[in-house]
Amino acid sequence: MDTFVMRHLPALLIATPLFAAFLMPLVGTAGRTARNAWAFLGALLTAAIGLTLAWKVWTTGTVLYVFGAATPQQTLPPDAAFPIRIMFQVDAMSALMAVIASLSALGITIYSLSAESKQSGLETFYAMLFLLIAGVLGMVVTGDLFNFFIFLEISSLAGAALVAYRIDDGVAVEAGLKYALLSTVGALAVLTAIGMLFAQYNALNMATLASRLQFTALDKVALVLLAVPLAMKCGAVPMHFWTPDTYTTAPSSVTAFLVVSSQASLYGLFRILYTLYGDLLQFSWATFGWFLIVLGILSMFIGVTMAIPQKDVKRLMAYHAVSQTGYMLLGVGVGLAVLGNADALAKYGKTAMAGGLFHIINHAMYKGLLFLTAGAVFYRCGTRNLNKLGGLGHTMPWTMVFFMIGALAIAGVPPFNGFASKLLIYESVFRFSPFLSIIAMIVSILTLASFVKVFHSMFMGPPRAEFAAAREVPAPMFIGMAILALFVVVAGLAPQPFIEHMINPAVDALVDRAGYIAAILGGR
Amino acid sequence: MKMTKIVRTTADVFYPFCLVFGLYVVMHGHLTPGGGFQGGAVMATGAALLLVAHAYEDITGRLRKTAMKILEAIGLMMFLFAGLSGLLFERPFMGNWMAFTGKWFSHPVAHGPNPGDLNTAGLLPLLNIGVGIEVLGGLTIILLYMLSGIHAEKKP
Amino acid sequence: MMSYLLLKLPYFTVVVLTLLGLAAMVFKKNLIKILMGLSLLESAVNLFLIVTGYRTDGVAPIYTNAPSLHMTLPTVQALTLTSIVIGVATSAMMLSFAMVIYKKYGTVNAEKVKKLKG
Repeated sequence: MDTFVMRHLPALLIATPLFAAFLMPLVGTAGRTARNAWAFLGALLTAAIGLTLAWKVWTTGTVLYVFGAATPQQTLPPDAAFPIRIMFQVDAMSALMAVIASLSALGITIYSLSAESKQSGLETFYAMLFLLIAGVLGMVVTGDLFNFFIFLEISSLAGAALVAYRIDDGVAVEAGLKYALLSTVGALAVLTAIGMLFAQYNALNMATLASRLQFTALDKVALVLLAVPLAMKCGAVPMHFWTPDTYTTAPSSVTAFLVVSSQASLYGLFRILYTLYGDLLQFSWATFGWFLIVLGILSMFIGVTMAIPQKDVKRLMAYHAVSQTGYMLLGVGVGLAVLGNADALAKYGKTAMAGGLFHIINHAMYKGLLFLTAGAVFYRCGTRNLNKLGGLGHTMPWTMVFFMIGALAIAGVPPFNGFASKLLIYESVFRFSPFLSIIAMIVSILTLASFVKVFHSMFMGPPRAEFAAAREVPAPMFIGMAILALFVVVAGLAPQPFIEHMINPAVDALVDRAGYIAAILGGR
Repeated sequence: MKMTKIVRTTADVFYPFCLVFGLYVVMHGHLTPGGGFQGGAVMATGAALLLVAHAYEDITGRLRKTAMKILEAIGLMMFLFAGLSGLLFERPFMGNWMAFTGKWFSHPVAHGPNPGDLNTAGLLPLLNIGVGIEVLGGLTIILLYMLSGIHAEKKP
Repeated sequence: MMSYLLLKLPYFTVVVLTLLGLAAMVFKKNLIKILMGLSLLESAVNLFLIVTGYRTDGVAPIYTNAPSLHMTLPTVQALTLTSIVIGVATSAMMLSFAMVIYKKYGTVNAEKVKKLKG
């Protein structure tokens, strides 16, 4: 299967959404149908390439793609024996993220075909959406620290533009400005850290850097400058203040993808902590894993308590997104905390990480689904205020079913996918520290309580006169939601194949720092 | 808002020179300091000069938004296709297949001090030109949109 | 001593620029001034990157002439250039946002631009 396309998958993965984005303004002049077809085609191709790439990684191992040369060792000055070229290094962890991003990109693009149809300037919207997709995909497949920064900036810029896209009397622009400002400051911190690392080790390639890292004082500063902005970008408490604003004001399809984009930052955080620093983070007195664990516990608890009193359904969901990010940080943080202890790692550390990583994909699917249902309700009723909504179960039964699937999944109720990953986290974290596990369970119960309230005030009750005209959403929105809902149900009913073939290789890839380095520099 | 005739005439005279100088910076990107972005920015400065000197209504005929959008798309496409073209010649993405082939932009580089040969570097000039076109279109369209925003504000 | 200080001078400039930028972003109320602070911060980071690329007795990285051991890697310059380009895009976008906010709210005072709450 060494065909032309198979060899160039990583480059095509980025080139396809970029191609779709760049040509969108021209295609848009040819009319509505052409534009929609182009957007659909772009998303479909991107998803196909993403899945094929992931399949290739799972079957043949890490995929390396060097820009402008055949092998990583091929560098121009013969005495510089390290890669100075940009390269993509797609291991099982990146493949997992690529699958998440490309699948939700497909669902979201289909959904937006009719959800946004009332808006003007849609060429720009789709161009930006595809740029965002390209940025997120680039972040998760790149093996180069500076390239990571570029894709981070692409995704934040496109994300901010999309947040502000519905001007909404300036409120959306305000949220967009806030998001852009914070992202830029964060990205500048990341860039400074990259400069510090480059100045010391003369390399930008993550594997090369990892092999040379001495953990000097400057490296510690760089670690903070890398970890804090990325934690902010994934919306962890106490740097979560941008999430409710941006998630609320952005169009629902964009919000669903912003969740994925925040998870790409989460991936960056994990990649830097595990692959770049790795074993260096185990000190005699503590471990850096507690950084993630404390962030996770704070996010879980503060997120859900802030969510309960919200009146705006999307704002409520945004706080729940913060809370769910906490689970991922907790699971993977426990893994990092026991990274130096091979016994504990095998016993429960890897399970905790598997839970955290499985929660990433599950979260992207059910949270995306929830945001899309909120968008569907907004599309038909024109309001997101829970006090004004009600009785929609009579007129929008399918939206109600999708909402129920998403809500039960986020609350960790079997047999949906949220339960599968949360169970892994509970079990393993309990063996690390029972207290943390109990907090996680309490948060889950609070989440359920909050969503029961939302469900009741949105869909239950007698049909209301002002929403009598509300009907089921158009087919593209329905299909977009159905894709995500199908995944939620399937991954909930049969989690084992997913864990075995997608999650466990990703866990091994994260833990295996030497393997990541060896893939580029050769030798073990 | 229109400036005096002297300013307008000077801007009109300088505009083509700005474009030519920008084009020079773009074309010599692989030899001298500069390159696609810098040259494109110089060319866009010419457009900015026109925008500052003339009234917005007078300028929309010369700098059209659609034309700039098309320029932007063309530049980006050129960059992307230049990158992808390597795939057709058994090279990876951005592989420099044009260098040293004896066709366009493919002379070998002379050793020792030399005035510089434009006909070298393979793919790089193409990438520079693509970026130059894109930046010209992109920056001009940003300026046009900002100016039309101010313009729309003053009207009511 | 003097030459040592002279060599380190760019780093002091970086620190001063960073502090100025941060101060502008934290203490100024005008959105435009906040964005100017951000630009200052960007210049500080760019300067930092460029300075880290300096090698004493380094040679320009032109392959045909330079002995490769003394060549300075041009990577930092490339990084800075990229970061400048990104900076232009960010500034342009955020300034347009500020314009829209001024149009809709009638003010660019950050304390009054507060429709988002909760």
